[in-house]
Amino acid sequence: MSNQSNKILDTNLTKLVNQPYKYGFSTNIEKDIIDKGLNENVVRLISQKKNEPEFLLDFRLKAFKKWEKMECPSWAQLKFSEINYQDIIYYSAPKVKKKLKSLNEVDPELLETFEKLGISLTEQKRLTNVAVDAIFDSVSIATTFKEELAEYGVIFSSISEAIHDYPDLIKKYLGTVVPIGDNYFAALNSAVFTDGSFCYIPEDVKCPLELSTYFRINDQNSGQFERTLIVAEKNSQVSYLEGCTAPQYDTNQLHAAIVELVALENADIKYSTVQNWYAGNDLGKGGVYNFVTKRGLCAGANSKISWTQVETGSNITWKYPSCLLVGENSSGEFYSVALTNNYQQADTGSKMIHVGKNTRSRIVSKGISAGKSKNTYRGLVNIGNKAIGARNYSQCDSLLIGNTSNANTFPFISVQNSTAKIEHEASTSKIGEEQIFYFLQRGISIEKGIELMISGFCREVFTELPLEFAAEADRLLTLKLEGSVG
Amino acid sequence: MNTNVPILEIKNLQACINENKILKSFNLTINKGEIHAIMGPNGSGKSTFSKVLAGHPAYDVLDGEILFKGKSIIDLEPEERSHLGLFLAFQYPIEIPGVSNEDFLRLAYNAKQAFLEKPEVDPIEFFSIITQKLELVDMSPTFLSRNVNEGFSGGEKKRNEILQMILLDSDVSILDETDSGLDIDALKIISKGINTFMNEDKAIILITHYQRLLDYVQPHYVHVMQNGKIIKTGNADLAKELEAKGYEWLK
Repeated sequence: MSNQSNKILDTNLTKLVNQPYKYGFSTNIEKDIIDKGLNENVVRLISQKKNEPEFLLDFRLKAFKKWEKMECPSWAQLKFSEINYQDIIYYSAPKVKKKLKSLNEVDPELLETFEKLGISLTEQKRLTNVAVDAIFDSVSIATTFKEELAEYGVIFSSISEAIHDYPDLIKKYLGTVVPIGDNYFAALNSAVFTDGSFCYIPEDVKCPLELSTYFRINDQNSGQFERTLIVAEKNSQVSYLEGCTAPQYDTNQLHAAIVELVALENADIKYSTVQNWYAGNDLGKGGVYNFVTKRGLCAGANSKISWTQVETGSNITWKYPSCLLVGENSSGEFYSVALTNNYQQADTGSKMIHVGKNTRSRIVSKGISAGKSKNTYRGLVNIGNKAIGARNYSQCDSLLIGNTSNANTFPFISVQNSTAKIEHEASTSKIGEEQIFYFLQRGISIEKGIELMISGFCREVFTELPLEFAAEADRLLTLKLEGSVG
Repeated sequence: MNTNVPILEIKNLQACINENKILKSFNLTINKGEIHAIMGPNGSGKSTFSKVLAGHPAYDVLDGEILFKGKSIIDLEPEERSHLGLFLAFQYPIEIPGVSNEDFLRLAYNAKQAFLEKPEVDPIEFFSIITQKLELVDMSPTFLSRNVNEGFSGGEKKRNEILQMILLDSDVSILDETDSGLDIDALKIISKGINTFMNEDKAIILITHYQRLLDYVQPHYVHVMQNGKIIKTGNADLAKELEAKGYEWLK
């Protein structure tokens, strides 16, 4: 309507959306680090520190050589100053004197850190139905419920341990879904990854617990390069969740992760993310650069991979969880809520690559932009010439809050097959001042009104989250956007 | 009727939007139990008056005073005015995608409960409260699950406004062209709702262009607004006269 009312509305919204970041503290702890900078020796040193087998050192060195020849991609709708890769610490681990036998030996400072983040690792207080792998900077601190899971044959451990304990599985699957030279950040990760989680669900097993990894960046100058690998054998089923936070620094931390999923015949993997890295201050200073490659391979017939993500943090998000639908009748899903505020930039979406017959995919993307932020959906639906009867449904909705935010949608569809069925829906809407006035006139506060509208907008995605985390996600968005709640 | 117990007193109200002065010395006193109609040509400032009264942030009050139940509300936020019992039925009710009518109505009801320091009601309790009110405006419970005003017909939107007025049990209600765009059946339903709701402790301001509504909801006073102020006040007969002669004869 008028400039005047826009101004008033914006002031109100600005107050609302500028809630302080709750996880901005840092932990003081003695660390074992490798000096800043990246070269072949650093790669060798990481491998050496982790006492890795030869095949992994080769893997790393190959990746490093590829990375050296590659260039940082520039096609995304993102603006950021060049990253100085020589100014980053690639290995930072809390010092441990001996190998930990139990949680009781974990540095209390670390336990307290996770406690503060709402992730209790101690036996008494931990979530009863969620197994957690806690990762602090470059290493895994603890994995809960390991023994209980082992009874079912489920392997859930840090990837470093898995490399020693299950080298054959790692050798067989690592880098098969995201090849080492896949893209610039994937190559970087493959060269220097320090930890991450590994899950293996054996044939015919339905994993009895939710599996979860919690990532925490602590060091100001260290990058986090973790690697997650999940393998679901025939007829197995697993639900996995990752959460992330980082302290508040006015420099940018680099996070370049890889997640690989492999679903064999009839297997079902559900992967959910609640990402709340530090987003930078209200002027856009600081915050995490989040460059992540996530990809799932539906290798077997009737397999299914479902990605759900709630992206609220990071200064920059560059992330396209994808599915390679190779097995006949396999299906891929992507449900996403991306919220950006202030000067945050998100370029996110999904790729659904249909290779096999009768493969199906579904993309539901909800972007919310407030402040001066930029929120971009970028997606690819590719139907190959052998994917007879393939189907895709995509829905991309954008919600703008205020008058200075920005939403873009770049859906790309490539079909080489006349039997395919593709549907694409998109909408852009805006929380306008008249809607807010309507709420206010009915006695409903601006916070409650926006909360109600946002949660209505995101409902389709939140219902996909594991029950324990749906409420968490709702709360997180509330925290990011509303004043009184949280 | 409580004679001469003022519930709303507006004195020399002047307001602008984007430095465009719309209300120029607007004066009006309304007593409990009274129904006032405000008529006037397009652009005379009727809707502006309703929005300024409700506290719309786009408008700046330049001068004047608004006393609601004896208390100045000029510095209060829109939601505070609402809690005190001021209701505005919108000329164009707003659509809110993704939010069900039921959630919206319950939130509004509970906000008022909280203000009155009464316990909030849960969805089940609320359902029994709202179904009784639904009957008053002849609406089916299925409309609760639909999104607020989304895909509603013109008549349904206006009935939804009256439903909210009844639900919030407001003391002063301004109905901004609630009769426009209604067929005769819908007009009768809405009028019946208003008449059932009205009592000696409340007051209603009807903003309208037509005599038609006033046949069903009888006003005690009719005001003619022009150029940002009230230029003539009379009884119900004034509306009939306007209907016959138009506004030109007042000039």
